[in-house]
Amino acid sequence: MSAAVDVKTLIIDGQDVSGRAGQTILEVARENNIPIPTLCHLDGLSDVGACRLCLVEIKGVNKLLPACVAAVDEGMEVTTNSEKLQKYRRTILELLFAERNHICAVCVANGHCELQSVAQTQGLTHVRLPYRTPVLPVDPSHERFVADHNRCILCSRCVRVCAEVEGAHVWDVMGRGIDSIVITDLNEPWGSSSCTRCGKCVQVCPTGALFDKSKVGTEHPKYPDFLMNLNVMREAK
Amino acid sequence: MSQTITIDPVTRLEGHGKITLKTDDNGAVQEAFFTVTQVRGFEKFCEGRPFYEMPSLMARICGICPVSHLVASAKACEAIMSVEIPHTAAQLRRMLNLAQMVQSHSLSFFYLSSPDLLLGMDADPAVRHLFGVVEAKPELGRGGVRLRRFGQHIIELLGNKRIHPGWVIPGGVTEPLTTAKRDEILAMIPEAYANVKYALNWYKQIVPNFKDEIESFANFPSLFLGLVNEDDSIEFTDGALRLIDAEGNIVKDGIHAAQFEDNFGEAVEPYSFVKFPYYKPLGYPEGSYRVGPLARLNIAKTMGTPLADEELIEFKKLSKGPVLGSFHYHYARLVDILYGIEMIERILTDPLILDKHVRATAGVNRQEGFGVAEAPRGTLMHHYKVDDKGLMLYANLIIATGQNNNAMNRGVLQTAQKYINGKKLEQGMLNRVEAVIRTFDPCLSCSTHAFGQMPLSIELLAPDGSRLDEIHR
Repeated sequence: MSAAVDVKTLIIDGQDVSGRAGQTILEVARENNIPIPTLCHLDGLSDVGACRLCLVEIKGVNKLLPACVAAVDEGMEVTTNSEKLQKYRRTILELLFAERNHICAVCVANGHCELQSVAQTQGLTHVRLPYRTPVLPVDPSHERFVADHNRCILCSRCVRVCAEVEGAHVWDVMGRGIDSIVITDLNEPWGSSSCTRCGKCVQVCPTGALFDKSKVGTEHPKYPDFLMNLNVMREAK
Repeated sequence: MSQTITIDPVTRLEGHGKITLKTDDNGAVQEAFFTVTQVRGFEKFCEGRPFYEMPSLMARICGICPVSHLVASAKACEAIMSVEIPHTAAQLRRMLNLAQMVQSHSLSFFYLSSPDLLLGMDADPAVRHLFGVVEAKPELGRGGVRLRRFGQHIIELLGNKRIHPGWVIPGGVTEPLTTAKRDEILAMIPEAYANVKYALNWYKQIVPNFKDEIESFANFPSLFLGLVNEDDSIEFTDGALRLIDAEGNIVKDGIHAAQFEDNFGEAVEPYSFVKFPYYKPLGYPEGSYRVGPLARLNIAKTMGTPLADEELIEFKKLSKGPVLGSFHYHYARLVDILYGIEMIERILTDPLILDKHVRATAGVNRQEGFGVAEAPRGTLMHHYKVDDKGLMLYANLIIATGQNNNAMNRGVLQTAQKYINGKKLEQGMLNRVEAVIRTFDPCLSCSTHAFGQMPLSIELLAPDGSRLDEIHR
């Protein structure tokens, strides 16, 4: 007889739900078709709680917690959508848009961009903050791909997929705070780095920051779903 | 006492412009300036971007003729890639460019200029607009709207978007034409013919009413520049440039895109953000030339399509040599539209038009590229320089409206001298000064690569520069 599964019962948005111990609020919510917006989370990768879009309210806890890393617990009462949370989420998105140069109209990811989609679903109509319009590099040194740091939101999906799935760990984050930037190797040009040319980072990038050179105009759908299939095939999960 | 008259803003133009007229003590107009008052900086802010983003980025200059920029930009990029695009892609782009010419010319002729032509230059400004036209002559107004839709709908069918389609890319286009779309375009063609023929017949009836305007609307000898094919037929997308003089002699032939800047320079005047291109061997301003429908028809010996050729023969009868009066831009525009419809129909019967191979790929094989195409208003040139990885180092655009800039300024002076007496300003006089600009169908946003409000304004200045009178729209 197998060991008993440790089941936690909780309430999300007034709905009685249950999950296994160790599951995150995000996982259980999505299993129950309760939507929580995310950007840095991707099924098949570890979670880092970087984007803060999945913040939820938990009764009795006086701060907001990211649903992608907060584990479910017995008797928890979770609110995933409140006026306060919507305001926080929109502000986070405004900060992302103001931080770098996101020009949807001429972006290769236009229409296929997760940042754009989340902004639409969260009802973001204006950015109230002044745009910082930083001067950031575009790295076209790779024979197949381009990194445009203007469009990077530092979700670190590329870093995680390269380290955890491809096993190459070419990508990493350099610098602190507002000066953070993703780099290849020890800040080598991508084209002369130890990149294996697998293209996983391009597929998981939620914006047009990493893109395929052969895709121009606005014709760059991305297919991050390959990760789950890959993990199943490798019996990693 | 001398004075300066300012028309600010000038109405029914694409972009924001201003006219300043200076009179002498007797109220006679001495000087005229057509000023374009914006700057946008496209040539600068594209620096550092990958070159293959240029078509979609540069097309944002204009919502009326984005396709011209897409085509010229893609051609400049293809020069950098050193590729020849597949035949089908070239034909599809040619069709897209013609569709855009048809819609843009329809906008110019029917929406912006037909109110003057139908209702008269002196008509009440309250009714002198497209809705006034629709009320006074519904067939004309409706035909214009339908013709514009014809062009716009083809652009949408081909590129999935009416404005700024992302379909044109360096190397060709992103997706081939489907049978269903081809048949939908073919089904629209008979109505388009009917509409343009109606407009041509109507125009020929009313044109005798404008004898004075024809004489004074930028009617002077000048050079003309435009694309032609090797068989001397009119061309919008490929071919080579030809420059002719006011007698019709070829000054320079077979100018390819890469030779554009060897032959043409850009002068700057302090009063406008639009530059003044000129033919280098003749210098500025003697080397100033005109582009656009009038220039194209003056240069081409044949249209290459039967119906438009009949019209071209009639057009050429207007003058022994090249037609010099800019009022005839209107006529030339309608002939262009007729040619566009015929050519679209012909392209759609190309047996290879549904071919699936519509894109060539390559990296950076040259670090400099030029692209030339005919925009509705005339020749358009994009010139790019990139680094060895393909990031933009430099861009220069020479826009049709800029090339007509000197002619527009001369035209404003000529018309103002005929119609304006500085002692008394009347709407009809001012409208004629604006109408001479409208014959060129200038796109001020393109020419400055600028943004701003639509309208144009006239200012009357004393010799000491103080403002005596002003009319705003």
